[in-house]
Order: sequence, then C-alpha cells, then structure tokens
Amino acid sequence: MIQFLLNETPQAVENCSPNMTVLEWLRTKIRQTGTKEGCATGDCGACTLLVGEEHSDGQWYYKTMNSCLLLVGNAHGKHIITVEAVTRGMHLTPEELHPVQRAMVECHGSQCGFCTPGFIMSLLALYINHEQYPGQKAVIHALGGNLCRCTGYSPILKAAEKAYEYERSQEPWSAMAKAFKQTLNQQSTSNTPSLINGQSNFLLPQSLNQLLTLKANHPEAHIVAGATDLAIEISQQLLSPKTMISVTQTPELTEVIETGSQFTIGAAAPYEKFVGQLCEHYPETAELFERLGSTQVRNGGTLGGSLGNASPIGDPAPMLIALGASIELQSLEGTRTLNVEDFFVGYRETVLAENEVITKVTIPKRSANLTLACHKVTKRFEDDISTVCLAIAIEHKNHVITSVRLAMGGMAAVPKRASQMEQQLRGAKFEAQSFTTAGEYVSQDFQPLTDVRASEDYRLKVTRNLMQRVGLEFCQQIPTSLRIAHASL
Amino acid sequence: MRHFEIDREQGSVTGKNARTSTYIGKSTIHESAIKQVCGNANYIDDNAEPSNCLHAYPVLAPIASGVITNIDESKALALPGVKRIFSAKDVPGKIDIGPIFPGDILLTDKEIQYHHQPVLLVVADSYETARKAARLVEIQCDESKPVIDIEDAIAQKNWVRPPHSLQRGDAHTAIENAPHSIQGALHIGGQEHFYLEGQIALAQPNEDGGMFIQCSTQHPTEVQHLVAKVLNQAYNFVTVEMRRMGGAFGGKETQGAPWACLAAIAAYHLGCAVKLRLARADDFRLTGKRHPFFNQYHVGFDNNGVIEGAHIEVNGYCGYSPDLSDAIVDRAMFHADNVYYYPAAKIEGNRCKVNTVSHTAFRGFGGPQGLITAEQIVDDIAIAIGKDPLDVRKANLYKLGRDTTPYHQKVEQHVLLEMMEQVEENAQYRKRKAAIKAFNQQSPVIKKGLAMTPVKFGISFTVQHLNQAGALVNIYSDGSIHLNHGGTEMGQGLNTKVAQIVAHAFGIDVECVGVTATRTDKVPNTSPTAASSGTDLNGMAALNAANIIKDRLISFIAEHFNVDASSIQFTNNQVQYDGGQIDFGDLANLAYLNRISLSSTGYYATPKIHYDREKAQGRPFFYFAHGVSLSEVEIDTLTGENTVVRADILHDVGNSINPALDIGQIEGAFIQGMGWLTTEDLQWKENGELASFGPATYKIPAIGDTPAEFNVELFDSENPEASVFRSKAVGEPPFMLSVSVWSAIRDALASINDYRYMPALDTPATPERVLLAVEDALQWQRQNSAEKSA
Repeated sequence: MIQFLLNETPQAVENCSPNMTVLEWLRTKIRQTGTKEGCATGDCGACTLLVGEEHSDGQWYYKTMNSCLLLVGNAHGKHIITVEAVTRGMHLTPEELHPVQRAMVECHGSQCGFCTPGFIMSLLALYINHEQYPGQKAVIHALGGNLCRCTGYSPILKAAEKAYEYERSQEPWSAMAKAFKQTLNQQSTSNTPSLINGQSNFLLPQSLNQLLTLKANHPEAHIVAGATDLAIEISQQLLSPKTMISVTQTPELTEVIETGSQFTIGAAAPYEKFVGQLCEHYPETAELFERLGSTQVRNGGTLGGSLGNASPIGDPAPMLIALGASIELQSLEGTRTLNVEDFFVGYRETVLAENEVITKVTIPKRSANLTLACHKVTKRFEDDISTVCLAIAIEHKNHVITSVRLAMGGMAAVPKRASQMEQQLRGAKFEAQSFTTAGEYVSQDFQPLTDVRASEDYRLKVTRNLMQRVGLEFCQQIPTSLRIAHASL
Repeated sequence: MRHFEIDREQGSVTGKNARTSTYIGKSTIHESAIKQVCGNANYIDDNAEPSNCLHAYPVLAPIASGVITNIDESKALALPGVKRIFSAKDVPGKIDIGPIFPGDILLTDKEIQYHHQPVLLVVADSYETARKAARLVEIQCDESKPVIDIEDAIAQKNWVRPPHSLQRGDAHTAIENAPHSIQGALHIGGQEHFYLEGQIALAQPNEDGGMFIQCSTQHPTEVQHLVAKVLNQAYNFVTVEMRRMGGAFGGKETQGAPWACLAAIAAYHLGCAVKLRLARADDFRLTGKRHPFFNQYHVGFDNNGVIEGAHIEVNGYCGYSPDLSDAIVDRAMFHADNVYYYPAAKIEGNRCKVNTVSHTAFRGFGGPQGLITAEQIVDDIAIAIGKDPLDVRKANLYKLGRDTTPYHQKVEQHVLLEMMEQVEENAQYRKRKAAIKAFNQQSPVIKKGLAMTPVKFGISFTVQHLNQAGALVNIYSDGSIHLNHGGTEMGQGLNTKVAQIVAHAFGIDVECVGVTATRTDKVPNTSPTAASSGTDLNGMAALNAANIIKDRLISFIAEHFNVDASSIQFTNNQVQYDGGQIDFGDLANLAYLNRISLSSTGYYATPKIHYDREKAQGRPFFYFAHGVSLSEVEIDTLTGENTVVRADILHDVGNSINPALDIGQIEGAFIQGMGWLTTEDLQWKENGELASFGPATYKIPAIGDTPAEFNVELFDSENPEASVFRSKAVGEPPFMLSVSVWSAIRDALASINDYRYMPALDTPATPERVLLAVEDALQWQRQNSAEKSA
C-alpha cells in the first residue's frame, strides 16, 4: 500500500498499476482534472504540482515536480498539492484568490489557460519559498520548465512580482502534513511500502540493506529514483516494467556529505539537494546545473539516475569526469569504486552488475590552482538537452599546463574523455593558442553523429570553437559569453 | 444586412465616441481567467466521461510512401480490453475528408502517402490499452522512395494544386532596365503549432442515429459536415459543441476533424461514447504544420535602393494533400510585397507535393513566408548600395500615387512611415545603431545586431464566402443575457470581446452577459475562427442581434411609457427615458409580460471585398493591419547561439476593444514568431519520418527567451473602414513582427565584414545555421582580402 496526503485528504492506494503516474492517477482514478497533460514527457510543465516532504529538521518543504514523471509509488509519505487546493470555492472574485492566482488574473497571464495550472503551481512554490520577491532571474529559473504558447510570458513575469504586492498568504499545509505523518508513523510496520498489481511490483526499500537484498532477489528489477527517464519510457514506449525498486526513500542513498576534501553525494539525492553547496565550491558548474532540465526535473532527478542511464548527452557526466569524480557500486557481495569515465562501456551500457546498485558519487574538492570551465551548447537556453557539452579542468604552473582532464557529452556513444586533445595540452604553454591547437585534434577523439540536434560537422566545429573560447577565457580574460542579457537581469 | 455605420442612440458606435464608452476599450479580464487559475476551466478531457465510454487510437503506417500488402491484427485483438478494430471499409459514407479539395483520407487501405498515416482504428476499454493495441498491429508494405525535398518536387512539377501567379506591369523589363539588380533565395522552416491541449474528440450517439460531438476545433461547422458525410447522414443529425480550446493557432482549423470523424465512426458502430485523444508525439506526427517554403527572387532597383521591378517565386511544401494549401500559398503571394511598392511585379506561387503530413493553417496562413522574402530583399538592397536598411525600407513604402499592390488592390491607409518614425525616435534607433557598430568593432566573439521591420497584413478570408457570421442573443426575464456566436474561444479572448460588445449595446455590466459553448445547433453554417476575423465577424453579428432586440425594447418603452424614442438611453444597468428610468432587469421582465420577444439572431457579412482569381485582380482585403518592430540581438560567433535582448513594438489595432487582450495577442504572437525563426527546428529523416516529434527535440520559446526589455505599444488610430467599433483584427498580424529578430541576426552577421556583406540565413536561425552564416562571412572576408591583395 502507498499512502500520501493529497491536498487535505490522506490517500491509501492499493489497486493501481505500479506504472501509473500521479498525473494519470489524478485524472483517471479520482478525476481531479485541474492538473493537465500537455506532453507527458516532463517538458511542458502543465502537470506541475507541489510535493511536500519532511526534512531532517522536522519541517515540511514544498517543491515543484512534473506529475507525469512522478510514479504513484514515489509519492509514498509525501504531501501532494494540486491546483484545486490553492483556493477552494466557486464564483470567486480576484480578491478572494491566492496572491499568485490573483496576480495572474490581474496581469492577464492566462490566455488559453491550459498551461496555467502548471504555472500557478510553479509560482506558488516560488512564493512559498521566498518571503520577498526574489528578482527576475529567480523567476525565470523557477518557471523555465513551464511552457506557454499564448502569452509570450511577459504578463507571467509581471504576475510573479505582483503576487508580492498583496497581503501575504499563509498556507495551512505543513500542519496537515505533520498530522498525516504522525498517523502514518503510528501505523507503519517494518514492511517495505509497495504497490503490487497482478504481475508488477513497485517496492520502496527503507534501508540500504533492504535495497541490496531486494536487488539480489530481483536482478531484473528497474532501479528507479526520480523516474525522469523511466516514466518517459512508460508513457512513450509504453514500457511496462515488472519490478521497480525505488531508491528515493533509502536514507543512505539520499545523503549529501561535505568534508574538507570532498563531496559525497548519495546516488538518489535530487539535484536540488546538493547543487547549492557544490556550486558554491565550483561556481564554474553553476550554469550547467541551472540549465540541466527544469526546476521540476532537478527536484526529482539524481546523479545515480543520470549516470545509471548512461545517456551520451547527460550533462553531469562530462563535468564529473573532468573533476575526477568516482562512483560507488554496491551489492550484497561488496562494494567497488570506479572513476566515472570507467563506468560507461557503450551506448546506454555500463559496468553495473545485475545485483548491484549505484550508491554514491564522490567529487574531490578543488586543488589550489585548478582552472575549470563547463560549456553547454543547445538550441534553447532553458531546459534543453546538450548538442555538445564540454568540461575541462586544468592545472598550470609557470605558464605551463601541468594537468588536464577534458570530457565531452553529445560527441560519442558515451560521455568520454578527449585523450588526444588532453595530450596536446599537457605540458603545453598556458596561452590561448594552445587550446585552439588542441581543438584541432577533435576528430581524433570523436566521430560524432548527425542527429536531430545537429550535424556531425557542427559538433566538430563547435568543439574546436569551444576550445578557442576556453583559451580566450582562461588566458586572456576576454568575455565571450552571450549571457550578458541573462546575467544583467 | 447592416454594417453599423451609425448607432442612433449613442452617436457613432463605430467612431471616436466608442473609445470613451465604459465597456469598449476597457481591459476586462478574460472571461475564463479565474477558472483557469483555479484549475476548473474544463477542456474536453477534463469533463466526466459518459458511462461505458470507450477509447479509440489510430494504427499508423510504418513508411512514408508505398502500398500496404498485408495487415495482421491478431496480436492487437488478443490484448484484453480491445473491442474492435475498424478499417476504411467500415466507413459508412465518404472516406475523403478534404475540406475544400479532395485528398485527405481518413483511413487508408492501400496507398500510404506519409509516415505514420492512419491505417486502422483500434477501440478498447482504456486509453492505454487502445494505444498499446495500435502498436501491436503488423502492417507489411511495398515501400517506394518518398519525395521529401522541395527541389525534387519542383523539378518533377509535383503539385497538389496548379501554380498561380499575380502580375502587374512587366517585371522582367523593369528589372532588366534598372540600374542594379539582385537575386536571392531563402529556405523557410515550418512550425509545429504546439497548442498545449492536444487533438481530442468525444463522440456520443443520439437516440435517432445522430451524433453529439465534443471536439477541440476552430471550425465546429466543418466537423459537423464531415462527421455527417463519413456517417452518410444529413447535417442535422450531427451536433458539435466546443467550449474552449487549449490553444489552436490554426492547428485546429482542419486538423481537429479527422479525430472527431474517427471517434464518430466507432461510436456509430458500437452504440456508445468513444473518445480519441492523440498522445503528444503522435500529435506531432499526424497533424499538419506551418508550411515550410523555398522562395527565390530577382529584383531591380535604382541608386537610392528604390525597387523598380520584382519577380518573386514562392514554393510551399504542402505535404501529401491540398488541405488549405491553395489559399495559404495565395496569401504568401499576397504578402510577398509586405509594405513595399513594386512598380512592376510578377509573383508566382507553387503548391508542392511531398510525402509528409499535409501542411495546414498556422497564424499568418502563408503571409509570414511571403513577407519575410520582401524583408530579405530590402536588407540585401541596403547592403548592395551601402545604405542603412531602415532608409531603404522607408524609401520603398506604399504611399499616395505609389499605392497599387501586385493584385491590384489599392492601399488606402498610409500610416507606416509615421509608425516607423515613432519607433525610430522612441527606441533611439540611430543612437543605438551607432553604439552597436562601435561595440562590434571591439568585440571579437559576440556581435550585436539591430533591425526594424514593418508589417502590413490583409484582413479578410481570401475565400470570399467565409466572410460571414451569425450570433444568438437571448435575454431572460431577469435581464441576464445568454450570448452565443459562431466563433470559437482558443485563448484569444474572443468571448470576452463579444461579451463587452453586447454589454455595451445594452449598457449593462459585462458580468451580466454569459458566454456559452459554441454549438452548431445554436448558430449554424459558421466559418472557422481563423484569419484573425473572430471579433470582426462575430462581434458584428452579436451587435446586430443585440440591436434587433434593443430596437424592440425601444419601441416597447416608447409605447408603454408614452415617450419619445430618441430620449431612451441604455446606461449603467438602467434604461433612461423622458421622465423616468427603469432597471434593465425590470425592463426585461416588463417586456416579457407584454409579450415582446427577447431573443434574436444576428448576421454580418463583410462589405466591399471581391476578388477575381482568374485575373488575379480585385480587393481581397477589407483593410490592412499594421505594425512595426525593432529588435536587438546578440550572436555568439563561436557557437552560433543567439538571443534577443530588446524588442520595441508599435502595433495598429485600430480602436482597441480590449487593450490588455490586444497586447496579449501582440506579445504572444511576437514570441511565437521568434520561435519560428530561431529555435523551432522541424526535421524530417530521409525516409520521411518526422525526427523532431516532441518537446524534447522541438524547442518552443521558454520564459527566459522573452527579451529582457520588451516594450509594446498600441498605435493611436482608428480603422478607416467601418469595422466593429473601428477596431482591427489582431490575431495574426503581430506574428510577423518577429521578422525583425531574424533581420537583426543578419545585421549582426553583416558586422563581421563591416556591413559590406550580409550572409544568407535560412530559418530557423538555429545555432548551427548562424554558425554556417558566420563561416560564410569569414569565407567572403578571405576571398575579398585575397582579391584586394591580388
């Protein structure tokens, strides 16, 4: 049985396919249809809702997620808030609405209205999590995963600010959530929460040991965290996995530990849980993380999921490889640690054994003279998958490059180090020309494909140009970023 | 037929007085806004399903061109929950649902003409089962090589409709005799509508063999007609209802009908309600898009850049069938002049047949693809003679004496020079242009560009009979009003504007006017809500209906209270007459008790328009809407990435009925157009399959793409024609304001060679295409310096 709080009402779900998303459950099982399906692939945000969870401080925190990517099983113990609960009642006047709703009405922020419930939920999360208007950059960051085809977004940007002009609304939800959790804790036994329907299972181990035992017993099982990839296979390829083991509630896998020398990030820790502290230490990675999916996706997505799926275009991998990160794999038989670049063996293939799970990723802290750059090229700035992603970390001494780690995504079947380009740089003079020269070796490292994102030719050309950019930025401090407009917000 | 030149009580309804009215010109909120933000504005899939409702899903062809040799349904039929699989032979009536010309086949049983073409229809007890079963059907085919490239279609003269041309004077001789001439070409990408609510229809059989259809459509009447035809029934057996769409943009003008027809066929055979909703990826694959075009031109001009003759050829990728392509390519031809006078012109248009889904209406309806060609021409002329593009644009504007279009309609309203000068001054064009030139000289990687482009867009359906509308106004005996008209609400605020018009007519609050779902049994024989005509047509029809009732009420009051009709005023929810006043609700009740009819239909047909297509001469447009935009962009010459940092827009909506809604249309259209020209990249594989079939690979603008500085103003002028309250249509015209973004990117590219060479830039200007243009500029630089040193 899966139990969660939906708005004001506790739910106990048993008779439900483990493949079902919360979106589908809301719309077809209980017919609450305020939450809309725009794409069912996590790209449009029309199905955005709030997911509340209890943190170690005993407080409840609310964040946005795409309900089309949220499997019902993963809602266990959570507080789901849908648009229907934001303001209850019929025939309301603008003054009776929640400030974010009232602002959207008064700024003319809805036209066809189909994306609107999703925008309301993203605006609500922004409002709850910021006492004061946080500025347009934060608004864009919060709403980058919500697409609107009618308005051109201007009135929505205005509404985000205007919501703060009215009397501040106090939400009643954490008190409800605390009461729900108390009841849940009283009922709960030592069992693994699960959803079992005919032949298929969704299991939520509550400890690492439970997890490893389950994986040993179900070697065919899909390990699922935020399901930001798996839910798309279910909705698009109509995949019906028999067994899914969710690692989202395995405490050992969701920890983030920072020590003097490294970050240890649980494989199932969502991005939003660790990017803040990681980017404080490595500010050069901030843009990469800010542009990784959308806020909704980063609230569910994990490093374990990104690496485990071995996507050739997953953004974290090149950065992790450049930083010399390692990945830990564990089974009942033991633990092994690999360099991230050694984890991938082929297109969507890894060294992970059937009984193993990814438990953590360790990122060393920067050495004193490390210089780092991360570049992502896409068609659209927000929420787009990399055409080419490049991460380079070097050390230099006395104008000579002493070490270099250069990795790329979107250029091969796996995220991969550029060994020929690295070799050109190692021992070369620390000057712009060295990087341009190294870039000329790109085709010795990569033979990229032509696909819907770009041609082979473009990928090679852009890599050469990005190397030129790295040289200009590292050695001549020439600003080459287009994001002047974005930065000036 | 009345055109409301004059309103007897309140002076000129269509004139200046309207602007001071309480109801007209007010930024009333969208009638559904509060429901939308609360999640209780229902779309078709949100309504409770009828009991025993089944779900249908199409089975799709695995190839783009060929013949079906065998179909095996056994695996699909074996799936629990599958009820029936229908094929072409189960269609009781017509199988061809081409809206104007034949060619759109509901289910094919033999020839496959595009990838994923529907072949069969699976019906099951759930949406999920229907989708799964559809994929289990095995289709074997003899595959032939599809035609995907337009240049192949042109070479083979492979048309869906015959070529057509416009001619005025002798363009060939004019170009020959001109001091200068240029030639050029442009590939223009298509565009997926990406309405947030995908295609959906629900069909419910009636007790008498008829069908009740709910469908997300801009054209309920056409759905009614087509469902009747496929079921082999009279039109009156079918009723179509449409409350609101979650976006449409032209993508639900004809593209909503197949799903309603298929659901109706299943409902007809199975005797129960059947719903059909396309998953997003299939919506991408199965519905038509904005036509990609390939255009070429040859233009002669004088030393000042003034055009003397233009020969332009526009070629539309129509897909496998005509659909609306004849009219769409016509509109591209009508807009190949944009705002510029061609003393001699030949405009040719080809409707090319390719093995893709049949391309269809999309905001602008071919206009944008014609207009952008004119803008490329003036930019190229400016570079050729070393002038600022803005000066070349101004020099070529239509003006008195130089005012006849290539289709022989006279341009009568000349406001663009004033509008351009207003933007030039307010947005400091010259100063910024100089600053940008200085910036570019010292910035090796990032280049800035600035461009101003104007828009003139013809308003009216070019198919003349569509320029008519009907409405129904019922006043209940408490004074509350039930308003219905033939237009459809897709987010544009049509219902809000029409309610404002009716509220104005009776002098009551807009909240007293209830708008209701569009239904074919309330207002018959309607036109699609398209061509930006929604308010012009339906607003006038509703005003007509309201005025008919109002006339009755005036006569009644005059008689009942024995007062002079001229003393009667409808205002502030009261009706005042000589010596007294009565609450509007009380008046309604009194009129009812005195047996006065409080219900009326209203009708409107657009005056003045006529067009002889044989001769390619006439007045296809009642009037023109105008706009000017100035965009500033930055491009990254290492990656080709680009961004719009500022946009300034001045747009002409005549007397605005609702400024907030009009500005919403302008901003939304500009951003949608910007997407068309920059990030929205439709790609088909060589085998004819759509490669960019979802939002993961097809990128519409996101919130961060909105220019950091975005200024939109309405131009202060009324429509010289007697449109409803002298307003102007606003849905499509501002879409083309986005052309300034593309022109500004070209301006940034031209800076690489100090504005002596402007590379061609096909659209969308993705990073890859911009980088190619950068390479082109650098190549020119190398050649030019080599020539110089030689």
